[in-house]
Amino acid sequence: MANVDRTDRRRLRAPLSPWFRGTVTTLGSVAITMLGLLFVTFLIGRVMPIDPVLAIVGERASQETYDAVYEQLGLDKPLLVQFGYYLWDVLQGDFGDSLLNARPVSEDIARVFPATLELATLGTILGVVLGVPLGVIAAVKRGSWIDQIARVVALVGYSMPIFWLGLMGLLVFYGILGWVGGPGRLDIFYEDIVPTRTGMILIDSAIAGEWAVFRNAFSHIVLPASLLGYYSLAYISRMTRSFMLEQLSAEYVTTARVKGMSERAVIWGHAFRNIRVQLITVIALSYAQLLEGSVLTEIIFSWPGIGSYITTALLSADMNAVLGGTVVVGLIFVCLNILSDLLYRFLDPRAK
Amino acid sequence: MSAFSKFLSGAAMGLALAVTAAPATWAETPANMLVIANRIDDITTLDPAESFEFAGADVIRNVYMKLVNFDPSDLDKGYQPEIAESWTVSDDGKSITFTIRDGLSFHSGNPIRAEDVEFSLRRAVVLNKTPSFILTQFGFTEENVEETIVADGNTVTITTDKPYAISFVLNCLTATIGSIVDKEVAMANEVDGDMGSEWLKTNSAGSGAYKLASWKPNESVTLTSNPDFYLGAPAMERVIVRHVQESASQRLLLERGDIDIARDLNPEDVAGAREAEGVKIHDELRGRLMYLSFNQKHPELSKPEVRQAMKYLVDYEGMQNSFLNGQYTIHQNFLPKTFLGAVNENPFSLNVEKAKALLEEAGVPEGLTIRAGVREAQERIEIAQSFQNALGQVGIKLDINVGTAKQILGEYRARELDVYIGAWGPDYPDPHTNAGTFAYNPDNSDEANATGLLAWRNAWDTGGLTEKVDAAVVENDTDKRREMYHEIQAEFRETSPFVVMFQQIEQAGMRDNVENVNFGGATTAVSYWPITK
Repeated sequence: MANVDRTDRRRLRAPLSPWFRGTVTTLGSVAITMLGLLFVTFLIGRVMPIDPVLAIVGERASQETYDAVYEQLGLDKPLLVQFGYYLWDVLQGDFGDSLLNARPVSEDIARVFPATLELATLGTILGVVLGVPLGVIAAVKRGSWIDQIARVVALVGYSMPIFWLGLMGLLVFYGILGWVGGPGRLDIFYEDIVPTRTGMILIDSAIAGEWAVFRNAFSHIVLPASLLGYYSLAYISRMTRSFMLEQLSAEYVTTARVKGMSERAVIWGHAFRNIRVQLITVIALSYAQLLEGSVLTEIIFSWPGIGSYITTALLSADMNAVLGGTVVVGLIFVCLNILSDLLYRFLDPRAK
Repeated sequence: MSAFSKFLSGAAMGLALAVTAAPATWAETPANMLVIANRIDDITTLDPAESFEFAGADVIRNVYMKLVNFDPSDLDKGYQPEIAESWTVSDDGKSITFTIRDGLSFHSGNPIRAEDVEFSLRRAVVLNKTPSFILTQFGFTEENVEETIVADGNTVTITTDKPYAISFVLNCLTATIGSIVDKEVAMANEVDGDMGSEWLKTNSAGSGAYKLASWKPNESVTLTSNPDFYLGAPAMERVIVRHVQESASQRLLLERGDIDIARDLNPEDVAGAREAEGVKIHDELRGRLMYLSFNQKHPELSKPEVRQAMKYLVDYEGMQNSFLNGQYTIHQNFLPKTFLGAVNENPFSLNVEKAKALLEEAGVPEGLTIRAGVREAQERIEIAQSFQNALGQVGIKLDINVGTAKQILGEYRARELDVYIGAWGPDYPDPHTNAGTFAYNPDNSDEANATGLLAWRNAWDTGGLTEKVDAAVVENDTDKRREMYHEIQAEFRETSPFVVMFQQIEQAGMRDNVENVNFGGATTAVSYWPITK
């Protein structure tokens, strides 16, 4: 019996497994990051020159009405107390009600975020599928015509205002050629046909087997997604080219070529294999940026996503909505970071 | 061709095929459906007791009926019977008894009773939301509504604290807050004694030409027609108002025929759409005014000659014909055209020499600097710059402070701005709405804190105008009342520290088959039920 006790005590004193420590550290850093994000956003919301009370009561309200709403919103309490109340609610999953439309912010976000997720995912897929091969080819055929084209594509992608490009795209492909759907996620005739399951119309319509709705949704998403994909492509292709050039000039590549390996094996089997970890960071960052919601794209294409939601809320002094949206965007960044870390471990034996 | 090149070509081809395989958009909207592009992100609620925004008023006017209402085919006729078949006024002028029209019903199928009218008006007072002042200005309070708003059989009697002009009371009842709500439906959805307010934010319990099918904030509002509407089933069985922020996007949708009406076109897009095939432009005067005002606490700006001079330092014509092209018309009176008592006299024009002479007479020192507050809106900023330029010609420097509503309105409401450059729209379709704020200020002291009154915000003691406004609001002879507002405005134009400059014109683009459109003029909101295609 005594021996068993000693063994148990030894087990208890034994160092925690690296996996467990890693998980605890990650969760701790996530919690601190989110708390910091929440506090800073809350502070900015309170010091910036917008007035949530005026937004609710209107310009011509009497001083009594103004004061009553000021108190009702708890703005008469010290800042830290206000933050404490807010944090307590958030911990229980309650982001509060939108100050303007009085609906729960969580419901609003659940409605607008899938629209952004759908758009950003398609944009990122386009960016990766076209950008990575373009970057690799540009590196392999450095200085060739294809490298020059890749350079021009990236330069235009970096420098062209998305607002202008979006409007031109709409004018040409929707206004003149009529190849794609106009602003909005669907033509009005297809609205409210498929039941909402994920909030992503392409997926919901596919699940429901409503292929006419699917085609219409695709005709609407293809232009904004291509636009976002183009910006993503510009970034990813340049970074891929740069990473590949570094690898291709390494000695192990020369050695592989000297050993008589095929060019394909050298490029994909050796050089590309070694840039995967860096590429994941680039892709994750690009995806996260698109998931924040590209405000201008959403405005031009009347896309009811999280970017335009947060912007409208900010301009209307709806701070509950701004804070709720910011927390979601922050969580996306954190989740993508964690996902990148996990992929590193999977792809890079040294990280294991 | 290498594997990479093959891959790239394949991907590009796939994308091109996917794009071209997408269905072509519709050439036009169905004959029984009206699709409108509009900025509707200002809707915060669709409860008529609380709604106080333009887009909300557009929805509510079509969903709810009122005791009296405007006829869209002739707004100039003023209020007309709707739920109230007729009304009588007591001898002391304080009580109005409405007789309810027989045979009307709500969308729910419930009959419209005097009890529903009593409930709706009492509810608006008790809930005490932002627009409740439109009713409480008659002396209704939460404590006295049971005596002042009373249903009896087929009639409802409202008793005001003073014998107000009947036209004033009835005009106020045509406002959104006068909408009649189905008591049974509202109370069936009551939560914690809110009289159905939470539910009515996103649902409807009306009897108008349309029922609310859905409201998706910042996305769309869908209305379906009420086949039992008392004026007959509307031609448009479905009305969809879609939130489209960008003017250029609205124009593209209109020109492609995917929408019937685009309501937020900027002057450039109006000009472009005018040339497009199958599109016409509809101009309609609205109630919004653009004005400048001068703080009377300022020792120089409070001189009568300076107030006069400012009216000659605005380039009305220049602005109207340049950046405000088509969207505003010159109007120098506080009552918008088409309002009862409105006048069309615009005696001022840019006259720098005359202004100089007036300023010299007042002894304004050279190099005077004054501070103007203007909210971040392109047209307001351009007006400020034009005014700055004119002031520069008489040696006055205008510091323009552009800011958010909190910054600028905060200072304006605290009487701290020298000059305010802004806009004002009527709250309800009666002359008192603007007379009672531009020309009315019973207590000009700081302690009065009457932040809702524009005259108080500018620290202007209106002289005898306050009493004249009080007299006009109780004058029951409509012709005489009209004349009183003419006189008030004539004096206001000459003596006030306000320079009313422009009245808004709404320019909407629409397909050329859309007929009978009326956005409500200066007095009310849009009516969808007469529209045909």
